[in-house]
Amino acid sequence: MTPDVALPLLVLALPFAAFLLLAVVGPLRRTGRPAGLVSIAAIAISFAAALTVWARELVAERTWGWIPADGGPIATVGVLVDPLANAMLVLVTLVALLVQVYSLAYLGDERPGALGRYYTYQSLFVFSMLGLVLAPGFVQMFVFWELVGLCSYLLIGFWYERPAAARAAVKAFWITKLGDVGFIVGIVLLWSATGTFEFTDLFEKAQANALAVPGLATIMFLIYLGAVGKSAQFPLHVWLPDAMEGPTPVSALIHAATMVTAGVYMVTRTEPLFALVPEVLTLIAWVGAFTALLAATMACVEGDIKRVLAYSTVSQLGYMMAAAGAGASPAGFLHLLTHGLFKALLFLAAGAVIHAVGTNDIFRMGGLFRAMPQTAVVFVVGTLALAGVPPLAGFFSKEAVLGGVWEAHLTGPFLMLALTALLTAFYMFRVVFVAFFGRAHAGGHPHEAPWLMRGPLWLLAILTLAVGIRLALGGGEAHEEAPGWLPPLSVGLATVGFVLAWAMYQRGAVDPARVAAVLRPLDYLARRRYGLDGLYAGVYRGIILGLSRLIGWIDRYLVDGILNALTALTLRAGDALRYIQSGRAQDYVYGVAFGVLLLFVWAQLWRR
Amino acid sequence: MIGLSSYLVLAALMFSIGLFGVLTRRNAVGILLGIELMLNAVNINLVAFARFHGDLLGLVFTLFTISITVAEVAVGLAIVIVIFRVRRTVEADRLDLLRW
Repeated sequence: MTPDVALPLLVLALPFAAFLLLAVVGPLRRTGRPAGLVSIAAIAISFAAALTVWARELVAERTWGWIPADGGPIATVGVLVDPLANAMLVLVTLVALLVQVYSLAYLGDERPGALGRYYTYQSLFVFSMLGLVLAPGFVQMFVFWELVGLCSYLLIGFWYERPAAARAAVKAFWITKLGDVGFIVGIVLLWSATGTFEFTDLFEKAQANALAVPGLATIMFLIYLGAVGKSAQFPLHVWLPDAMEGPTPVSALIHAATMVTAGVYMVTRTEPLFALVPEVLTLIAWVGAFTALLAATMACVEGDIKRVLAYSTVSQLGYMMAAAGAGASPAGFLHLLTHGLFKALLFLAAGAVIHAVGTNDIFRMGGLFRAMPQTAVVFVVGTLALAGVPPLAGFFSKEAVLGGVWEAHLTGPFLMLALTALLTAFYMFRVVFVAFFGRAHAGGHPHEAPWLMRGPLWLLAILTLAVGIRLALGGGEAHEEAPGWLPPLSVGLATVGFVLAWAMYQRGAVDPARVAAVLRPLDYLARRRYGLDGLYAGVYRGIILGLSRLIGWIDRYLVDGILNALTALTLRAGDALRYIQSGRAQDYVYGVAFGVLLLFVWAQLWRR
Repeated sequence: MIGLSSYLVLAALMFSIGLFGVLTRRNAVGILLGIELMLNAVNINLVAFARFHGDLLGLVFTLFTISITVAEVAVGLAIVIVIFRVRRTVEADRLDLLRW
């Protein structure tokens, strides 16, 4: 336990200070752009500090007691810094910084008050995410876990005047809460079994084989449920595509790079605990792989550029979870980092496109390469990285994931993930061909985005390349254990996907409609999101609303009815009896005298 | 020789007459007079018991009662006068501000 935690604390404190300043000082917030600059300055220093922490490879833990009890504090707050947290700190602050700079231009047309609100939420989000990353125990993690959920809700509903946005915000909130219920129950059960929330204590116990708690598998499964909600795993993935109602930079930051990866981060962080329950790990791998495949098929039929990216995010989160489930959590975490970079890039580039053409529908774009070549280039870089083309970052991490899953002898998930890799290349190049090449459909004159937006895009694109090259040169220890046929296979899958997309959407050799006709049931299901949204809506309307209605009836007519009857009775009785109170002193004296007389009679006749 | 019971009967009669006055008089002064009668009935009781039991404590009590009665009458009459100034009446039936 080294006390050298000043820097991580600074990283954590600055966004919070910005949030506090913007939240409390109303006039500053309502100025809009200056408020944004305050937030950006804070996050920039925070990023610099995070970089320093990362470069120094700091490992430290410092906790302060919280929730005092007789036998010492029940829980602690503090910071736990290790390589995992360091990398995550850099990713979060970097993407947050770029997104906030980008938002200055992207949301430049908003009212100043709304812009200030946006940056207030953004600062709060960054603080919460950093607090989650630095959490030394389950309690702090859960608190910040909920805080990022709140920020996600607030930012999805940023345009709350739009009913769709408000609905999407509520949906995201509730569906993730479903998972969080499991999470908190799991945490408390784990605590009651082991008596501690702290990661270090728990890991020590796990290493000493002192964690043979009955029902550990159930506990870990419940904790995993939290990750299912947050990281949009099947069957709770339905909120993420709808979350695209928020501003695009929000999607880039929260729903691609950082918050949704919190689940993966949590599973990676508590990997020593999950390692004790292989059956849960296998479940995680299967669910992750299935989620990846399911989301990829939905992305193939989606026409909204942001939703394609959202399904792609779900799919890639499935990848990470599958890796974590296969016991290859370093690979999953690597994929988390690289995915954070290139998915933020893709979202921001998509945002630039949407900003230029004013629509999300890729079939109404077309030919944008000529109008905005820079955006197109960075989008293609992101696409190549996502599709897993060497030497970009995505290739190595994806290969590491596939290798890890293969090593764990999980053939089923491996096949699903391989198919997903093919589909990923297909749907991403579909977007590229339809939106950036092909015939121009867009009305108006699409133009290149301002430099405030292009700067972050280029930076992310260069980083994607640089990380890829870095991995290719020396950092590839993760994929050395993979079998030799894996790299050619993954490149081959990406190529097949690329060729398919090219043949269908660029060359026109194959008519997409005919392919859809051949795969009719699949197309039908994917377009209807496999009926899951309908199922949830049905369950909600049928069961929950029905139950609420029943309970509401009982409350209104039975519980309230009894009370109403009682009050009515009291009221009536009082009404009838109040005439006794004549107000004349003599009447009262009469009552007293009569009472005394009765007492005499009683004493004479019965009290012998 | 007049026995104890005669005094007690007299006291009971006086008490009943006083109570009757308190309950039926409509004039506040009349009610006060009724209260005086009841108190004096009690005094008779006390004196009679003192006499027949040979215990002077009853006489002492009677002296106390008389002095308290004086004070009570003084305060009571003062209240009646104030009520008369405010309400222009001392009719007990009409002093019913405490009614429902």
